[in-house]
Amino acid sequence: MEIIELKAKAAQIRMDLLQMIHGAKAGHTGGSLSNADILTALYYRVMNLDPARPKWEDRDRFIASKGHAVESLWCILADRGFFPKEELETFSQFGTRLIGHPNNKVPGIEMNTGALGHGLAISVGMALASKRDGRGYRVFCLMGDGEQAEGSVWEAAMAGAHYKLDNLVGIIDRNGLQISGSTEEVMGLDPLDEKWAAFGWHVISIDGNDMEQLVDTLEAAPTVPGKPTLIIANTVKAKGISFAENVPHWHHHVPSDEELAQALAELSAVLAGYQQEGQVR
Amino acid sequence: MGNKIANRQVICDTLLELAQSDRDIMVLASDSRGSAAMGPFAQDYPEQFVEVGIAEQNIVGISAGLAHSGKKPFVTSPACFLSMRSIEQIKVDVAYSATNVKLIGISGGISYGALGMSHHSVQDLAVTRAIPGLAVILPADRHETKRMTEALVNYEGGVYVRIGRNPVEDVYESADYDFVIGKAVTMRDGSDITLIAAGETVRIALDAEVKLKEAGVSCRVINMHTIKPLDEEAIIKAARETGRIITVEEHSVHGGLGAAVAEVVVQHHPVPLRLLGIPDEPAIAGKTKEVFEHYGISAENIKNLALDMLGQ
Ligand SMILES: Cc1ncc(C[n+]2csc(CCOP(=O)(O)OP(=O)(O)O)c2C)c(N)n1
Repeated sequence: MEIIELKAKAAQIRMDLLQMIHGAKAGHTGGSLSNADILTALYYRVMNLDPARPKWEDRDRFIASKGHAVESLWCILADRGFFPKEELETFSQFGTRLIGHPNNKVPGIEMNTGALGHGLAISVGMALASKRDGRGYRVFCLMGDGEQAEGSVWEAAMAGAHYKLDNLVGIIDRNGLQISGSTEEVMGLDPLDEKWAAFGWHVISIDGNDMEQLVDTLEAAPTVPGKPTLIIANTVKAKGISFAENVPHWHHHVPSDEELAQALAELSAVLAGYQQEGQVR
Repeated sequence: MGNKIANRQVICDTLLELAQSDRDIMVLASDSRGSAAMGPFAQDYPEQFVEVGIAEQNIVGISAGLAHSGKKPFVTSPACFLSMRSIEQIKVDVAYSATNVKLIGISGGISYGALGMSHHSVQDLAVTRAIPGLAVILPADRHETKRMTEALVNYEGGVYVRIGRNPVEDVYESADYDFVIGKAVTMRDGSDITLIAAGETVRIALDAEVKLKEAGVSCRVINMHTIKPLDEEAIIKAARETGRIITVEEHSVHGGLGAAVAEVVVQHHPVPLRLLGIPDEPAIAGKTKEVFEHYGISAENIKNLALDMLGQ
């Protein structure tokens, strides 16, 4: 997909996930909106995948370590044909497999996540297997910035560098917020880049809501032989809804009818703009 | 019934009262002060509040250090993570080292219904109960939660408390009763069968008792608010006097309240016993009531089970 199509797709995914959350009256809205561009870049352009063969051995792997923000992932997997779109209506409802966290009973999900601080270690294991088997697939692991307070993240960081996993890409959704407020108030992280670099990772900082930068960086990663790559994707929590951006309680706020209508109006205007631009080209 | 209030709210309210005169009380949170309803405490007593971020092992270790220095830390964190992820810190830093740490597991059981197994806390009793020296308590309603919180402040030693997320109906008419850690409360006396419940399933057991009474069955209801140290005497007495027991819990049937009761019954006075709880599978997704219904944790099902045990 071209950049302009990816931008339009991300706007569409944001609309889909808002409707899904509104319908279910449950969900982690803010973190799912902040990472929608990252996941769009990965799933429609960067990762080597085949929805018809979700367990294809040479596929690139994606682990949502910040598993609570699964809504964008459910919408993307449905849109890419891993399962029927109608199933999105069962999100969070009784007996569903589309629960509020990644669930590997669903095609396209590798591992069950939701307890923070697990994903990177799992990803290290996968990247190590890729190396030992000589397969060469890449592993992408999306983490939250609040999640960085879990010690297990740093244990895995150490192992990733120790085993020289240059097929491993960690991405931090650096939206600056967690549940109780800003990350710097709750548990300071800065200088986050220097910490990861000190642990032996090649660190890149980008605007994580900018599709060009995302595609360029993710396509090129991992960039340094013998080192895992860590992308600090600076994003905006609840990105795409003007009145929700950077507002902490949107972490798991479910939009009201009016808020949904306003958000959809904003996003469809954005989408229409991209579609027009796409046609002009 | 009165107003429904969540037990987490009651803990905060009670600690707010007590902290005024007890400057050693401290509350710790792991990016969870909202879920724990501890926002007001953080606001009013910033010097007695510590935020550790999303780090459940760290929160227990830090608390043990605070306790070692004479503080009375109350750790508030989701029950699933607090009980399992930090279990080694609980075993070594709290129980083994005998530090005075109160661990408050919030949103326990299947409070986080549709968030899946990572967020369900239905193994916590099995795990915490196996640790020597750690008390394990599940308060039933706001009155008991208030009494318990007051008792905890004066109790020396490690305690794991599990509470749910939602507002709960009262089971007591007032807080004016004798709450003693380790001493069960007989809520209804009866002679045909005993229901033993803890925490928020006490309400369900009481509702079942009403149905059973209508069916002519005399049913005892025991609120086993302390899983450890367990009130063995109350269990043996119930086995002897009623001859049949059903346990009702928001926990796996492996290793929780039912298992604890079974250990006592089988060793001291074997009688027919049924364990109602979550079976050995990741619990189905849904709201608490839907999940309970699915697994037969309901007054109607308890009534049928009791009648079945009574051969009726
Ligand atoms: C081990 C663990 N502790 C606590 C939680 C509860 N929790 C869910 S989301 C969240 C905040 C996450 O913040 P961040 O990592 O910054 O993610 P984002 O802001 O991108 O949503 C917390 C504390 C959890 N899922 N896992």
